[in-house]
Amino acid sequence: MIRQLLFVIGTQLATLLPVQAAEHLVKPGESIQAAINKASKGDLIKVMPGTYREKGIIINKQLVLRGIDYPVLDGEKKYEVLTITADHVVVEGFEIIRSGYSSMDELAAVRIKQASYVGIRNNRLRENFFGIYCQHASYSLIANNDIKSTGGSELDAGNGIHAWKSDHLVIDGNFINGHRDGIYFEFVTESTITNNKSHRNIRYGLHFMFSHQDIYTNNTFSENGAGVAVMYSRQVTMIRNHFLDNWGSAAYGILLKDISDSYAAYNEFSRNTAAIYMEGSSRLTIFANRFLQNGYGIRIQASCDNNVIRKNNFIANSFDIATNGSLVLNSFNENYWDKYEGFDLNRDGIGDVPYRPLSLFALIVERNNSAMMLFRSPMVGLLEKAEKIMPGITPEKLKDDQPSMKPFPL
Amino acid sequence: MKKIIKYSLLDILRNRVILAYTALLAVVSISLFMMEDNPVKAVMSLLNISLLIVPLVSSIFCTIYLYNSAEFIELLVAQPIRRSRLLWGVYLGMITALLIALSLGIGLPLLLLQPTLSGLSLFLTSAALTIVFSSLATLSAVLTRDKAKGIGVSLLLWFYFTFIYDGIVLLVLFQMADYPLETTMIGMSMLNPIDLGRIGMLLQLDISAMMGLTGALFQDFFGNGFGAGLVILVMLGWMTFPILFAIRRFNNKDL
Repeated sequence: MIRQLLFVIGTQLATLLPVQAAEHLVKPGESIQAAINKASKGDLIKVMPGTYREKGIIINKQLVLRGIDYPVLDGEKKYEVLTITADHVVVEGFEIIRSGYSSMDELAAVRIKQASYVGIRNNRLRENFFGIYCQHASYSLIANNDIKSTGGSELDAGNGIHAWKSDHLVIDGNFINGHRDGIYFEFVTESTITNNKSHRNIRYGLHFMFSHQDIYTNNTFSENGAGVAVMYSRQVTMIRNHFLDNWGSAAYGILLKDISDSYAAYNEFSRNTAAIYMEGSSRLTIFANRFLQNGYGIRIQASCDNNVIRKNNFIANSFDIATNGSLVLNSFNENYWDKYEGFDLNRDGIGDVPYRPLSLFALIVERNNSAMMLFRSPMVGLLEKAEKIMPGITPEKLKDDQPSMKPFPL
Repeated sequence: MKKIIKYSLLDILRNRVILAYTALLAVVSISLFMMEDNPVKAVMSLLNISLLIVPLVSSIFCTIYLYNSAEFIELLVAQPIRRSRLLWGVYLGMITALLIALSLGIGLPLLLLQPTLSGLSLFLTSAALTIVFSSLATLSAVLTRDKAKGIGVSLLLWFYFTFIYDGIVLLVLFQMADYPLETTMIGMSMLNPIDLGRIGMLLQLDISAMMGLTGALFQDFFGNGFGAGLVILVMLGWMTFPILFAIRRFNNKDL
């Protein structure tokens, strides 16, 4: 799909470039907006290095706006810097800084407003309120941008890449740091998010709401305030992402709330407070992921059903599974659990006794949080041993009947 | 008093038990750091082990030593030495010996392999527990004349603080599940030096983030100056009250 989209955008660009396209040069001291107004459809505008303070540039026709050696577009903390309202626009090679802050309007460094086939590539964005804002955008590419900000709190920072009511977006290879949410999707469908790094954002690395049929692969989300949240969406595919070091009392590797028919595979979850927190989710396949050194591996609330958790590695987590009820509607099968103590007589690599991943203490804590005072108490260890030998309190059905003896090579 | 300290210290340091204790601690801590590639995890495991072993060995060893040196103590009582000085001397000798063992067994490996704040606080926690349980052991040895009974009492104390107390806490938690117990839990943790040490360490190790609301409350309370001061005060109380009481009893005891 990415290829298709790139191809579409590529062919669009190809139609721009041929003979009739004129080239305009903008030097410091001149106005970019004036050049845009003068240009005709399909022209190329080259902007020479320098600082441009233009109180808001509007691109309302098919153009390529190219910065040479990163000319600076400064919003002076008052204006939205670039607004794109036409189809087939490319913006590349700029350093866009200091977009305006407003609590009424969501002012951005670059806004795509009701446009299609737009490319925003290879830009540097610094100290903006919102970074790249897609509003009713479709078939657009946002690639290789370096987006940084030093927002203090959730209120005075905007999102790095914000997409609202858009479709068919490709967001690839961006680096986002210090914004409220790294990437924010609301009502965005059939889009792909690939190869991005979202690091140390104030709230979520990636925030997904009501966004169906999206794919995200090969992204790294690390040290974000609350990890990644995927909510109220269907048919989301998450493959080969890394969720790292999202550590805090309200942080999750990934929060799955009301997600259905989705697929998470080959992801790595390391050192998160809770690698996956699932609530009201159904028909998810969680396959071949690595859960390493998390507080909780999967916190699966009793409101989840028909989820399949297969062939994952659970290694060095404090608790592998936690749940808040006794009803078990999900299946755990063929996973590797490092805490498994069973044996394998016929040497087929599958343990002969089932493994019960839910520890008694995790259950106690879900019911009564104050019991956390006894975390790692020898008394609790004793109780857990007793429960392992003769399960009485933990749900009978929550078990892995075919635990793998060896970790999967993931 | 200095002479008594010196004498009992040298006596204990020649003891095979204390050598074995040092070796055990050293082997455990070094092997943990060798096996675990994540040093924080190793500190956690070492914490678990030292919370069990250190109080146990301290209390048993001190009780037995006091009973074994009963004749020596009786002999000295006949000399012109004040009784309180005598017991202080033996007590200080014992804890010095145990602390030396602890420093060599846990402190040195930590210093070499994990010279961080969490390593330091693990060592300080173990040291505090050594002193607390030596005091409690001295008290139980002074209170009971019979050796078997005295050892039984100090074992029971260890068992109480390690297992029974936490069981009681769990029971209270579930009986009173409808009430907000978070602040009560802070109070209850003060009543058990082992719990206090464990929680203090866990907060150090940044595990508190996964402890949810309770963890946040503990962090909030123990994290500020007042809370930390109170913890130190309570720990000092646990160290001094049993030994002061023991000395008072020893002064009036009919030997």
